[in-house]
Amino acid sequence: MIISKKDIPGFLDKLISEYQVFAPVQEGSYTLFKPISSGADAVLTADNTKLPAKEIFFPQSEKLFSYNVTEAGAKLETAIDDQKKVIFGVRPCDARSLVLLDNVFNNDKFQDPYYLTKRANTIMVGIGCNTPTSTCFCTSVKGGPFDTKGLDLLLVDTGDAYVVEVLSDKGKALAEQAGFVAASDADKASAAKVKKEAKVTCQVNTDGLKDKLDVNFYYPIWDKIHEKCLGCGACTYLCPTCHCFDIVDDALDCDGCRVRNWDSCAFPIFTLHGSGHNPRTSNKERYRNRIMHKFKYFVDNFGEIACVGCGRCIKNCPVNLDIRVVLEDVRGSEARLDS
Amino acid sequence: MKNPYLPLPMKLVKNFTETEDKLIHTFTLQYLSEEDEKSFPYMPGQFAELCVFGKGEAPFGIASSPSEPGFLKFSVAKVGVVSTALHLMEEGNMIGVRGPLGNYYPVEEFKGKNVVIIGGGFAFTTLRSLATYMLQPERRGDYGDITVIYGARNPGLLLYKEELAAWEQNPNINLITTIDSAVDGWNGRVGFIPAVTEEVAPSSENTYAIVCGPPVMIKFTMPVLEKLGFPAERIIMSLENRMKCGIGMCGRCNVGGKYVCKDGPVFTRAQLNELPAEY
Repeated sequence: MIISKKDIPGFLDKLISEYQVFAPVQEGSYTLFKPISSGADAVLTADNTKLPAKEIFFPQSEKLFSYNVTEAGAKLETAIDDQKKVIFGVRPCDARSLVLLDNVFNNDKFQDPYYLTKRANTIMVGIGCNTPTSTCFCTSVKGGPFDTKGLDLLLVDTGDAYVVEVLSDKGKALAEQAGFVAASDADKASAAKVKKEAKVTCQVNTDGLKDKLDVNFYYPIWDKIHEKCLGCGACTYLCPTCHCFDIVDDALDCDGCRVRNWDSCAFPIFTLHGSGHNPRTSNKERYRNRIMHKFKYFVDNFGEIACVGCGRCIKNCPVNLDIRVVLEDVRGSEARLDS
Repeated sequence: MKNPYLPLPMKLVKNFTETEDKLIHTFTLQYLSEEDEKSFPYMPGQFAELCVFGKGEAPFGIASSPSEPGFLKFSVAKVGVVSTALHLMEEGNMIGVRGPLGNYYPVEEFKGKNVVIIGGGFAFTTLRSLATYMLQPERRGDYGDITVIYGARNPGLLLYKEELAAWEQNPNINLITTIDSAVDGWNGRVGFIPAVTEEVAPSSENTYAIVCGPPVMIKFTMPVLEKLGFPAERIIMSLENRMKCGIGMCGRCNVGGKYVCKDGPVFTRAQLNELPAEY
């Protein structure tokens, strides 16, 4: 199927009447996913959004419930967002990150109704990346510029139009409802050409990385690797697979609400015990945990690396600590130990 | 889908100053209905998030035993925002309880075995739950000898003093209490837990050791247990890390790839030997 670019705003307007539609919109010098009220607001030509689409399902700050407490009892009111949503223009790396996060919010023992309800009610429409940026390394972590994981529809930009790949029943229903027309053989061929020509130039070798991390927890390499890191947490806040949070009360006396806010393993207080003891005392332990979590613990628990290669942590690190270099260093850690 | 973030409101019926330094209070909480009680089936070793509405939540081991119906008990040291607010709560106030969370002591494995419970300071809470559970008359026959070695800095800091006095007289349990340095009027032992354990612990044959206490106690008790011949698979420990969600999502309590809240807090020494020492 195919949709002409000039028909996109009209298509989005139609969706808006039925769904809450999120699309990248311009915010100063970058784009962010926001609910749109007009299809014309969607900016589909820019590089990936500053913040990942994760925020739609797991907001930076989210009310869990409100309460009113008296001697007789506590009245708790939960508002779980079950609005039907369409995320339009999500990049394959961000779509893939949500599939990874599903493992966390739907684990072997507990389900998070806030995240999972939003996931169940959302249709994901992706746009492939014709021109991956210099910090993209999705192909090194099992993704790709036209990867379809986590998507219901994938749009391939062929110049004046998007060729649409239908990837799920939800996607099929949306495409039929939208009245997309069938793509001609020529359109299909040009989509195939675009996909073939899109090149992720940066490759990170992850061969043997997990084997190294399985044994190198106490190796001296961690004394060096974190040195540049300021512990600012920017990488964790911009990461599409980071999921740490804190739970706090926002209240005046007994009338208030419980809220969860993003938190970060980069901060010392994150693991600080009431007694004053801290299992991750310094930046070394905290940075090691970040790498271990994404490239070892997550793999042990869920069989996947918890990194989608979006490159946000590289672009936004104030001291240019580049995770690609870190991973290469880790892979060579034995050599460093010997020298 | 059950919402794991919603607390069960419970009524505070007793706020008891447990220790002489007044820093540990024991809270007895009552269910508001039978239905509420049914919704909270727990086992010794599990914990719950207690919340003071308006202040927040913090995790505490459950000190009562499932064999004691009608209420929950928690002993809480005053150290932070939530625990301080808890200490100031009055009888009749509403407290939120979220749980039960975590795994529990492997009481099924203990069947037909001797058990030595080793506790220090105010870490005795879930150990109290365990001992009380095993001492229940219809269950007592399932286990061999039950020995409890419990130490505190001084007699005033021991928890559950009345209960300890009753255990002294109870032929179904062998209680050894110890304090760090001698004081007048103390008839128990004097000395640190590791040394006392070495002296009085039962044979490691067919015996499980359950250890909970401050890090320094654990550090010096482990070699003693090894020397006594306890294999790592039969040394059971309960870990504590800072926690928030209690359900393996918020990310802070991990030890290696395991979350203390969801995969613990109870681990065998053998399991911990496989993990980095980030606790």
